[in-house]
Amino acid sequence: MVIDEKMATVKEIGEVARSAKLELSEEQLKLLSEQLNNTFSFFAKTDKWDAEKIQFDYHKNLTSLEHYHEDIVKPSLPQDTVLGMTRCKKNGSFEVPGIL
Amino acid sequence: MESNTVIGLEIHIQLLTDSKIFCNCSTDYIDREPNSHTCPVCLGLPGALPVLNKKVVELALKTALALNCHINRTNIFHRKHYFYPDLPKGYQISQHDQPLAVNGFLEIEMEEPLENKKIRINRIHMEEDAGKLIHLEKDGAAVCSLVDYNRSGIPLLEIVTEPDIQSPQEAIVFLQKLRNIVQYLGVCDGNLESGSMRCDANISIREENSGRLGTKTEIKNMNSFKAIKEALDYEVMRQRKLIEQGDKVSQETRRWDEESGETVFMRSKERAQDYRYFPEPDLLPLTIEQSWIDGIKKNIPELPAERKERFMVDYHLSGYDANRLVEVKPLGDYFEKAAKSYNNYKKLANWILGELLHYLGEENIGMEKSPVSPSALVGLLKLIDQDVISVKIAKNIFEQMFKTGQSAAVLVQNSGFTQISNEKEIDGIIRIVLRDNPETVQDFASGKEKAIHFLVGQVMRHTKGRAQPDMVLNLIKERITEI
Repeated sequence: MVIDEKMATVKEIGEVARSAKLELSEEQLKLLSEQLNNTFSFFAKTDKWDAEKIQFDYHKNLTSLEHYHEDIVKPSLPQDTVLGMTRCKKNGSFEVPGIL
Repeated sequence: MESNTVIGLEIHIQLLTDSKIFCNCSTDYIDREPNSHTCPVCLGLPGALPVLNKKVVELALKTALALNCHINRTNIFHRKHYFYPDLPKGYQISQHDQPLAVNGFLEIEMEEPLENKKIRINRIHMEEDAGKLIHLEKDGAAVCSLVDYNRSGIPLLEIVTEPDIQSPQEAIVFLQKLRNIVQYLGVCDGNLESGSMRCDANISIREENSGRLGTKTEIKNMNSFKAIKEALDYEVMRQRKLIEQGDKVSQETRRWDEESGETVFMRSKERAQDYRYFPEPDLLPLTIEQSWIDGIKKNIPELPAERKERFMVDYHLSGYDANRLVEVKPLGDYFEKAAKSYNNYKKLANWILGELLHYLGEENIGMEKSPVSPSALVGLLKLIDQDVISVKIAKNIFEQMFKTGQSAAVLVQNSGFTQISNEKEIDGIIRIVLRDNPETVQDFASGKEKAIHFLVGQVMRHTKGRAQPDMVLNLIKERITEI
């Protein structure tokens, strides 16, 4: 995939923020725009690298490590702690908008 | 136009581990306080890292080997994205293009037509279960939904068949056999009603001699074998009707509505790209050593098909009886325990498959909790063999054994149900019966042989079943010839 070097405008980023229901000030939008454009520029640079012979991978090569947990029960979080993280709760459950 | 039904199944089984697939929370979630078996990992809190439960892999390998699959010695977990409140992370950790196992099969025996048929297994993969939702409504409108994450992270195995199943009945036979196997392996309790085993079905209709499959629908929400049969029968009929009318079948997911007896539209069917799969960066690729596979292969227990053969050889049982006894593991175990001290195997099988199953079914009690133990049943059968009680009385005694848990010997002793083997005592009763039924006696004497059965019945009634029917029959014949 080739990243277009064209910069994202503050207006475009504002539209994305609105779609994501994020309330961002003009100042925050400017800062985000600068940061994102820096990132896009970096992606554009990586496109120029010769990576043809590099094998595609998602992980570091750590496959020889033991990476399991034994089948032993350990204490869970208390229900109060879990529900303490939300205002939307009812009868010990998380309450979400009706989705029937 | 001739056409064929084409069915493929996707079965989810909950694996019998103590802890969840990626954390150490307990899997004992049924009837527990909501959200009392959770932690940052199964709640999907930012920064929490999953670690794979080793036993999940062991149970998954056991199942895959029993279903004749090829094990992918390197397999990878993927994130499968969809948005629904039962999934706290916004994605489910599952497996995609490099699953645990592929290319297996399970052979089923069909009765009509009588044939053995191989149903191919496309793939078996490990994944995590989602949370549970309760939808609250008022006057038919949704008010809110309540989310309990206790089930989130329970280890699941998804078993996907090729579309080799050609009728709803074949699907049922396949599922029953699969359930028996996972129960024998001890990897899942196979309970459809409680949801530890769930089945979705993909159905389409293919024109005869056409290489192309028809458009498929996916059917969900089938919680019993009965529901699966009814839902598949309905969907096959619905699709055939659409095609006959010249309409098209839409690719969609439908829900079985038990109340209306119909499948109803849920949503258009997702395709793989809708799930935006990508490799789970928080879990390393799973590398399985050949020695681990070999060790598990050695420890696979005797499965139902092998046990059936052994029952036919060792206990001289018919294929039908053997099949019924091995269908559910505890039933076969019960038979074998009893058979250690009783060698009239056919009689034993009849009592287990008849009386015992009848009362267990009536009281909805599992085999493991039977109030009549194998040795107690043997005790009863021995009393019949020793002519202490008749079969009729034994059935009565069995009912009391089932209700009270007392032994046959004690019940027989207390109730005075011992068989009357004193000829004199029976003879006295026969004389009364013959005196009270002169017309029947005349019928028998004039050649109506069946009339004697009525007289035997009358004697058995007078003795409350405590006489030996054969002895009564012979004595009646003797007395009538004397008249």
